[in-house]
Amino acid sequence: MINNDPIIELQGLYTRFGSHVIHKNINLNIYQGEILSLVGSSGSGKTTLLRQMLSLEIPAQGSVKILGHSTYDCDLELLRSLRNRSGVLFQQGALFSALNVYDNIALPMRELHCLTEEMIRDLVMLKLDMVEVEAQHANKMPAELSGGMIKRVALARALALDPELLFLDEPTAGLDPPLSESFVKLIQTLRKELTLTIIMVTHDLDTLAALSTRVAVLADQRLVAVGELPDIIKIDHPFIKEFFLGERGRNVLRNVLALP
Amino acid sequence: MLLSNRMDDASPWYQITIEQNISCIKLTGSYTLAALDQQLQKVGAKLTHFATQSDLHWDLTSIQQMDHAGAILIWRAWKMHRPANLLIRPEHERLFAHLEKARPAPKPIHRDILWPILTLGRRYFLFWDHLTGIITLLGQVLLNLLYLVKHPNQIPLREISANLFRTGAQALSITALVGFLIGIVLSYLSSEQLHSYGADTFIINILGMSIVRELGPMLAAILVAGRSGSSMTAQLGVMRVTEELDALTVMGIPHSLRLVLPKIIGLGIAMPLVVLWTSAIALLGGILAADLQIGLNYKYALSNLPDAVPVANLWIGMGKGVVCGMAIALIACHFGLRIKPNTESLGEGTTNSVVTSITAVILIDAIFAVIFSNVGLKIRS
Ligand SMILES: Nc1ncnc2c1ncn2[C@@H]1O[C@H](COP(=O)(O)OP(=O)(O)OP(=O)(O)O)[C@@H](O)[C@H]1O
Ligand SMILES: [Mg+2]
Repeated sequence: MINNDPIIELQGLYTRFGSHVIHKNINLNIYQGEILSLVGSSGSGKTTLLRQMLSLEIPAQGSVKILGHSTYDCDLELLRSLRNRSGVLFQQGALFSALNVYDNIALPMRELHCLTEEMIRDLVMLKLDMVEVEAQHANKMPAELSGGMIKRVALARALALDPELLFLDEPTAGLDPPLSESFVKLIQTLRKELTLTIIMVTHDLDTLAALSTRVAVLADQRLVAVGELPDIIKIDHPFIKEFFLGERGRNVLRNVLALP
Repeated sequence: MLLSNRMDDASPWYQITIEQNISCIKLTGSYTLAALDQQLQKVGAKLTHFATQSDLHWDLTSIQQMDHAGAILIWRAWKMHRPANLLIRPEHERLFAHLEKARPAPKPIHRDILWPILTLGRRYFLFWDHLTGIITLLGQVLLNLLYLVKHPNQIPLREISANLFRTGAQALSITALVGFLIGIVLSYLSSEQLHSYGADTFIINILGMSIVRELGPMLAAILVAGRSGSSMTAQLGVMRVTEELDALTVMGIPHSLRLVLPKIIGLGIAMPLVVLWTSAIALLGGILAADLQIGLNYKYALSNLPDAVPVANLWIGMGKGVVCGMAIALIACHFGLRIKPNTESLGEGTTNSVVTSITAVILIDAIFAVIFSNVGLKIRS
């Protein structure tokens, strides 16, 4: 089922805000079925890169191709069908503040116009169950939720249409360790069932080590390394050394990769 | 051995086979939202139809992919319980196990039968709530003023000046445009009438009195209420949504001192000046129109204006400006601070703020008319 054409292709990407250069010559291909983790220090432009893949932001130079089509001259029908098949978890949740939890998750389903209200109800409750939000919170407004609950409801909304392409911006930030672990389990089960491609920004080494098939490291405005985790940690770069092989990183990786 | 495939039931989603008198339905293809798409209702209806046959064997092992929507479609076709004879892959098994113990959705809150009465009552209390809220805020601002008198180095001069610029200087063009046009219209309508009675020169009295005393202040106040009032409410509302108000509170900076007071003082200073400006431009427009329409010399008109309009009217107009400006800012801040952290409340609060402040402006005008009914009016008998 997995073919070798990249789903998303970034070529020679430059980004700057005013005179502040964020990315210099970024080249990255994302293939079907993989989980690509994007790491980098805070403010290195991970969220910006994700926004460019979603064509919410336009790079100063370079191209973003989705399924082989450039997003600028891509026909709208294709872009729409692609957006229907992708789910996005924003860093701050981006829940609709005027809708309650239930309606937030039901909104993308209602937009499809092919599901009945009963099916939507079952689906919403199933999604809430998956992200371990109790049914009693379904009628709450986003302003009445805790930070971690906002994250989980936003994740449920991102998963609402069982997307094939998932963009997750720090999915486990603000979750306690057991919840992070059940997030990992959830993604693993989903992947068993569906061909899921995930692009994930994360600072959480446990999640990264457990889920990612490839890792891309953003530092000094460039992608300094892209590859599988065991190869990445062998690269001699100050950020990689600090991020993966610091005290904390070693502890995590020791369990996963049998590191000395 | 009897083996028959009934061709009339061929479909990409299922196959019916009858084998040794056992009829079996084999689900095939991808039961995913993307694959089912517009077929979903139709497939659901078919499956529901098959599920009514209790002796049917279900074979789900040939399904390529199944997502939650697909699982729920099948589950609903089964009327929420498994058929007696079922073949299923373990990973799908888990999904259905999940559905089996699914909890019911919480019921939406039902409306009380007494809701018209309750709504009316709530409205009434809400009115008093707003009134006391506005008075409390005014009291707080007055206390802040007293505090500032004692600590003059803490006067928020920057904020006051910023508000002065935004609500005053930036409102000049729109008030000038509207004032000028209203002056022309007013003059055009009344000069024709007066001309037919040969009372041409009274146009100066009519224009001067109506614009300086009433129209100028009202026009300016209503425009500013729509323009600055809404932006003040929206600003405070967004600060609530983004928790900036809470951040100010925990820093020990009172909202009323840093946010409300500068707005009230700023608009209190800017408003009479805007009134003066609007009146002047409206008069200009009126005199210009009269000049063109009935040939009233503008020099004559200007030199006669002080006689026709006692200067007290100008002070009344500017007094209205001060009071209306402060009222608009106070109401805008009151509604802004009560906005709840969601976008709907933001929109509703802004609307309420503008509607209330325009009403308040007209009320204030009426009060001024009653209080100053003996001032500045030359009634010749
Ligand atoms: N709209 C914008 N205008 C100007 N600068 C921006 C804008 N958006 C982002 N930036 C800048 O781009 C840089 C990268 O921002 P980005 O949000 O992508 O960081 P990040 O890698 O996601 O960081 P974090 O891990 O903290 O979320 C930052 O220096 C930020 O100040
Ligand atoms: Mg970010």
